Amino acid sequence: MSLRFPPSPNSRHGTFRIRVYPCPSVVKNSGSPTIPVPRPHLYLLAALLVALGISQFSDRIDPYFLDVIIGIGINIILAVSLNLVNGYTGQFSLGHAGFMSVGAYLAAAVSLFLGPKILGEAGGTALQQGLMFLAALVAGGLGAAFAGLIVGVPSLRLKGDYLALVTLGFGEIIRVVFQNVEFLGGALGLNGIPAYTTIFWVLAFVALSVFVVTCLVHSTYGRGFLATHDDEIASESVGLNTTRYKIVAFVIGAFFAGTAGGLYGHFKMTITPTGFDFTKSIEIVVMVILGGMGNTLGVILAAILLTLLPELLRPIAEYRMIIYSLMLIILMLVRPQGLFNFKFGKAKL
Amino acid sequence: MTTQSESLNSQPSTLNFPLSEFLQQLLNGLSLGAIYALIALGYTMVYGVLRFINFAHSDVFMVGSFIGYYAGKHVPERTYWGGLLVLVVAMLGCALLGMLIERLCYRRLRGSATLNVLITAIGVSLLLEYSGQVFFGATPRTFPDIFPSTNFAFGSLVISSNQILVIVVATLLMVALQLIVYRTKIGTAMRAVSLNPKAAQLVGVNNDIVISFTFGLGSALAAAGGILYAINYPSIDPLMGVMPGLKAFVAAVLGGIGNIPGAALGGLLLGTVETFVNGSQWSTYKDAIAFAILIGILLFRPAGLLGKFTVEKV
Repeated sequence: MSLRFPPSPNSRHGTFRIRVYPCPSVVKNSGSPTIPVPRPHLYLLAALLVALGISQFSDRIDPYFLDVIIGIGINIILAVSLNLVNGYTGQFSLGHAGFMSVGAYLAAAVSLFLGPKILGEAGGTALQQGLMFLAALVAGGLGAAFAGLIVGVPSLRLKGDYLALVTLGFGEIIRVVFQNVEFLGGALGLNGIPAYTTIFWVLAFVALSVFVVTCLVHSTYGRGFLATHDDEIASESVGLNTTRYKIVAFVIGAFFAGTAGGLYGHFKMTITPTGFDFTKSIEIVVMVILGGMGNTLGVILAAILLTLLPELLRPIAEYRMIIYSLMLIILMLVRPQGLFNFKFGKAKL
Repeated sequence: MTTQSESLNSQPSTLNFPLSEFLQQLLNGLSLGAIYALIALGYTMVYGVLRFINFAHSDVFMVGSFIGYYAGKHVPERTYWGGLLVLVVAMLGCALLGMLIERLCYRRLRGSATLNVLITAIGVSLLLEYSGQVFFGATPRTFPDIFPSTNFAFGSLVISSNQILVIVVATLLMVALQLIVYRTKIGTAMRAVSLNPKAAQLVGVNNDIVISFTFGLGSALAAAGGILYAINYPSIDPLMGVMPGLKAFVAAVLGGIGNIPGAALGGLLLGTVETFVNGSQWSTYKDAIAFAILIGILLFRPAGLLGKFTVEKV
């Protein structure tokens, strides 16, 4: 850092440097000097170990409880990844479910059509299955990221309302295309997807998505996302390529939406195009808004709350969407910074 | 012998077929487009004065046809006066609903970030849809025949009186709207607010009343669209507004949002294109075509067909 930006107070870089938060991952002296691994990476490692530890005891956990936790985890990945686009970068995407569906279909296709060829008829060992699943998830994520790139490059030149509608439109187009592709089951969807999703994979990808988004936003590069959110014209005039930031946010968001889709498909074992419609996108958007846009912790809490709420409100399930919509309106009127934004006083975003 | 004579008989009709098929599709397209145009006008007017997309507009359209459904039970079927009465009741009801939505939700958010208003609009839209599912029930209902209907056949071309009715009513309403906007005092005030809200206020225009009136007018047109849609496609449900609403929005953008003749033109164009796609071999992609048009127009001519391109000022 200090090598790239010489600490001369008069240079343009110097003045710019003052406004830039240093990335936590490059802050020195955070621990004992013998450990070269930065702190967020340690957190990630710890989270992965915890996930591995919990998965050892997953047989003893009540299956219903386990299902709810997996549902929560998938929603956290979706909400945290959308938060990078809608919260930190300030673009309003309404097509997250579309990217989720791309990931879900691609991952399901990999383990349905390629899986038997690679693993053989016997199905392979647990380790082979795990690697196969990882490959399927990554393929799903990359496919979704590619879809995000295709959607993002043309549409991110638009702002606000228009972007919202174009992303919504793309989400619908993706759905219509899946409904018409016979190879992927058409309107009936894909069935018999192997149930690879375990608590370990869900927790691991939750940790990974939170890690990537947090580190990215707090890095020197990532400050550009916040700058794009705060004032696009001002950011452009100091030389930031805001379109590029928007596309990067979109592609990374789409990648994690795709992996979440892959996890979802291998959890439910069946996917249909209508499962990823506009309502699903809205559900994810509500999580981001409820948690406070640009606030990862709040968004995680909101994802947990909104996954538990339908479980608790099962007797009045028909009123669920009414409650969601009223929540949106009242939040915007009374507390636009989100329910779980604990920064009192002046709202940060 | 018989097969030969049949093939001989069918020979002229296959030659005539494309033209009459074309005219038939064009007529269907125009009547669908007229409905899109009516809804698009509401989007475009609200965008003109407030610079935001009223997502709830498509659900006002849905409420309009449900008001028509309930009001239609109290008038004698298949009479012109009864049908017009239902139309007027639905338009008045929706005008009130539109003004109520503006008063309760949007007015408090005037001046706050665009995103907040957009999210509120989505919230209102979902609220109307899902309250509709609870109160009206999610199962589709059959819309009553409120207008007398007959079919006129010209050779193989079939024109239903409902299609003519849709085109006539839509044209009359659009002419009336044009007169209101360009020939009355409140219309002048609307244009003033659209041009510059602060300056309008300085010369004595009450912005609240003008914006409220705009919502009322737009919602009344949406209700008329809802009734006309339900006459031609007589199966109504609480989510029926979503697709026509989105397509009408595409129509508004296609013509140039904020531009009233543009919305009418965009609606007619979109309705025609969609009907032709529906009649072709790609009919399953009917719903995707509108979005493809939207994306194309935003990329290549963001100001729309009739709109003027403006540079953003800092």
